[in-house]
Amino acid sequence: MSAVTHAHVEEHAHDDHGHHHKETFITKYIFSQDHKMIAKQYFITGVLVMGFIGIAMSLLFRMQLAWPGESFSVFEALLGKWAPDGVMDADVYLALVTMHGTIMVFFVLTAGLSGTFSNLLIPLQIGARDMASGFLNMVSYWLFFVSCVIMIISLFVEAGPAAAGWTIYPPLSALPMAQPGSGMGMTLWLVAMAIFIASSLLGSLNYIVTVLNLRTKGMSMTRLPLTIWAFFVTAIIGVVSFPVLLSAALLLIMDRSFGTSFFLSDIFIQGEVLHYQGGSPVLYEHLFWFLGHPEVYIVLLPALGITSEVMSTNARKPIFGYRAMVASILAIAFLSTIVWGHHMFISGMNPFLGSVFTFTTLLIAIPSAVKAFNYITTLWKGNLQMNPAMLFSIGLVSTFITGGLTGIILGDSTLDINVHDTYFVVAHFHLVMGISALYGLFAGVYHWFPKMFHGRLMNKNLGYVHFWITAICAYGVFFPMHFVGMAGVPRRYYENTAFPMFDELTDVQVLMTTFALIAGAAQLIFVYNFVHSIFYGKKGPKNPWQSNTLEWTTPIEHMHGNWPGAIPEVHRWAYDYSKTYENGEYIIAGQDFVPQDVPLQENEEELNH
Amino acid sequence: MTTLLILIVLVLIAIAIWQIGKIFELSQMGKNDSSSEIANDEDNKNNGYLLFAFLVFIYGITIFSFAKYTKVLLPEPASEHGSGYDLLMLVSFVVIFIVQTITQALLHYFGYKYRGQKGRKALFFADNDKLEFIWTIIPVIVLAGLIISGLYYWTNIMDVSEEDDPLRVELYAQQFNWTARYGGDDNVLGDASVRLIDIDRANVLGLDESDPNAADDIIVKELHLPVGRKVNFYIRSQDVLHSAYMPHFRAQMNCVPGMITRFSFTPTITTEEMRQNPDVVDKVKRTNKIRAEWAAEGRPNSDPWEFDYILLCNKICGKSHYNMQMKIIVESEEDYNKWLAEQKSFSETILKDDTSNTETSMVVESQEENPEEVLEELKEVVEVIQESH
Repeated sequence: MSAVTHAHVEEHAHDDHGHHHKETFITKYIFSQDHKMIAKQYFITGVLVMGFIGIAMSLLFRMQLAWPGESFSVFEALLGKWAPDGVMDADVYLALVTMHGTIMVFFVLTAGLSGTFSNLLIPLQIGARDMASGFLNMVSYWLFFVSCVIMIISLFVEAGPAAAGWTIYPPLSALPMAQPGSGMGMTLWLVAMAIFIASSLLGSLNYIVTVLNLRTKGMSMTRLPLTIWAFFVTAIIGVVSFPVLLSAALLLIMDRSFGTSFFLSDIFIQGEVLHYQGGSPVLYEHLFWFLGHPEVYIVLLPALGITSEVMSTNARKPIFGYRAMVASILAIAFLSTIVWGHHMFISGMNPFLGSVFTFTTLLIAIPSAVKAFNYITTLWKGNLQMNPAMLFSIGLVSTFITGGLTGIILGDSTLDINVHDTYFVVAHFHLVMGISALYGLFAGVYHWFPKMFHGRLMNKNLGYVHFWITAICAYGVFFPMHFVGMAGVPRRYYENTAFPMFDELTDVQVLMTTFALIAGAAQLIFVYNFVHSIFYGKKGPKNPWQSNTLEWTTPIEHMHGNWPGAIPEVHRWAYDYSKTYENGEYIIAGQDFVPQDVPLQENEEELNH
Repeated sequence: MTTLLILIVLVLIAIAIWQIGKIFELSQMGKNDSSSEIANDEDNKNNGYLLFAFLVFIYGITIFSFAKYTKVLLPEPASEHGSGYDLLMLVSFVVIFIVQTITQALLHYFGYKYRGQKGRKALFFADNDKLEFIWTIIPVIVLAGLIISGLYYWTNIMDVSEEDDPLRVELYAQQFNWTARYGGDDNVLGDASVRLIDIDRANVLGLDESDPNAADDIIVKELHLPVGRKVNFYIRSQDVLHSAYMPHFRAQMNCVPGMITRFSFTPTITTEEMRQNPDVVDKVKRTNKIRAEWAAEGRPNSDPWEFDYILLCNKICGKSHYNMQMKIIVESEEDYNKWLAEQKSFSETILKDDTSNTETSMVVESQEENPEEVLEELKEVVEVIQESH
């Protein structure tokens, strides 16, 4: 069903539309094909539910790291037989680490972030009635839901969930005798991810087609808000790279279940030689990271897109260097597909390849630097409205810089040798993609909450408390972590007590865990604020942030098809904030913004695109 | 118990912060009109100041971390390429800190300086080719420098050629321990394959008995290296991925089943010399103080520590990944040769078919689950047999 026909089947009564049809509870709230409802479904499943599980897991293993071998009743309560007498078992530690990574990267920051905001914003900001295919959009969500369910079921199988790290490198992930998590838990992991990839591809294809075909009149590509550019390019990266992960998963399933030897060779384990011959785990690493690295940008670009929009709106200034921003998104997207080898400098692949990947990897720092500088310049001489979304956007730029800079060390094959797979890496990627993407996510929620829930706004004071605690704790956790890594502590160690050289780092671990627990608690403030505001949030005006983009021209009450009458025509880019005539008067008297659907005024010059 | 208390305190702090937020929220009620969830000048001011304070916090935590944690970092590198590595690391860090200090300052200072005020006009500033050119070209130049020097070191470090008569050592990884193998008198490692592993006959690394180079190979559980001689490592794994990580030598390479991966370095500081290094002396002192406290609490694994180089596993490999280690001893050529002469060669340790008795196979059967223990037991058996001969 195309969006055009949607226009004629709107649910609400409007005088200029002839026939209405009644929606049942099921078609409206469960098997909905409306992009706004699907966005909410993604948010609740991906962010609230999976995010809660993922973050809670991290707090559990952080406690084990700070107080190794201590007994906690919370372990006993949550982990049951995997925490005999309340002491966490080493296998379940690895399982928690693995599932935390999987859930946060794929379920929260890929599906939760893109799924929510691409669905919500693409039709609203480009001026479309809905996605190109509402049906495929619905299928995409439900595949994601099934994938979540299977992944959660895997937590409860007897031998425990997958525990080979979120990268599930074979042979560890391929051989059930290598660790308990590589049995049924890993099978379910692979099945869940295969379904997840199908869901992601359906979603991405839909986003691409919608952006290319359903833009309203006047909405040229160069007038698209940067959010849309980011979602669009993210979807393209997903379509290019996710199928490769699917192939890796399928080959791994074959190795595990059908005796093939794609990734396995010459293995002697538990007293016997296995039949596998001729495969290579390095092949798996190539396939995995061909997705794995673009995945970082799949996570990050939407957050950067959201930040661009939120920052410009709240600074009351156009985003600085719109074309440079678009160019850097495209450059990052292209480069992201040819840098995967920097995860494999010491995997045993040819060192010459390492040289090539060092080169491409450090190149990607250039567009990233341009973006950071452009954000900073956007703030310069602005009139900054410190809404929670704005604070999270500024926070994103801060962590993006801090985390991105250490990428210079990790992307350099030489320097990677000694910090590879240490806590230095953990600190780096948590800041640059984990925390940054979460900040982008929060910025988006605070900013577009009124578009999700009928004009209601989230409580700003709780938002401030949420931001400041999170911002301080995020640095409190991850800044000292760099030093742990440079002291040589490998990641994924159940405890560091086997090495006296790490004894004096126990204090740092306690400090980091303390900050992590506080940060975790602070997220409950957000959850409370979110749920409370759905029902009791104060209603704001139709365009609360005085923004230029099209979504704020839709009525406060949701409706199928988004606009009651004709879709507005676009006459300008999205960033005419504080634009003045030569005499210093605002374009529209008394108003420092000019929405995209306002035609060019007399004597007004169209600038910068 | 203390941990529980700490946890309770944390939860209370979190609740307190939440409550403060609530009180703050209540105090705001009724103050504003219906659009009160939108930031007003008061909010802009408060958060503008907070942004400035946050900048101070970032600098603070940086200075705090450096002041408090620099001492925990690795001591001076004990390999030839290590000094170049540390220099490049230092240069990169200087670059990073310059950029970090400036950009965070600008970001947060602008946040503070341009906090919103009703009626103030923002500057419509959408583009400036010159500025953008400048901040594209500066990273290009800086990164080019880093790339070129990085590649220079990389090519040198990854030179695993056979020049300068390197010592050849095999590092053999399995869940969850390390074994090392020396080439013996001829310094040539005999062929090996996991398919030739014969635990019953103590051929735990699967050496090819028909290869004459294998007979004099020496298999040990402690890695000894002569100082000043290049060592070429040939790295194997028998089961899953592992990573041979030797942080003191700035050396790491994955162990991949089905492949022999390689790394090479020249140790420059003996274990004895490293123990005299002032940083290491201090570290040992600090660590032993902690361990003494632990011993007083009656905790296990709290004996005084003496510094040693160590080989760690740095690729997730299963349950005991966190405790897969091997001691490395760098010593003078003489000491090394003396130690090596005391070790038994493969031909001496392998059990000939006729010597394998029922006792051995019983041991193997009962211990089938744990290759490491099997190996230990077998060694004892071998020694007994050899003594009796």
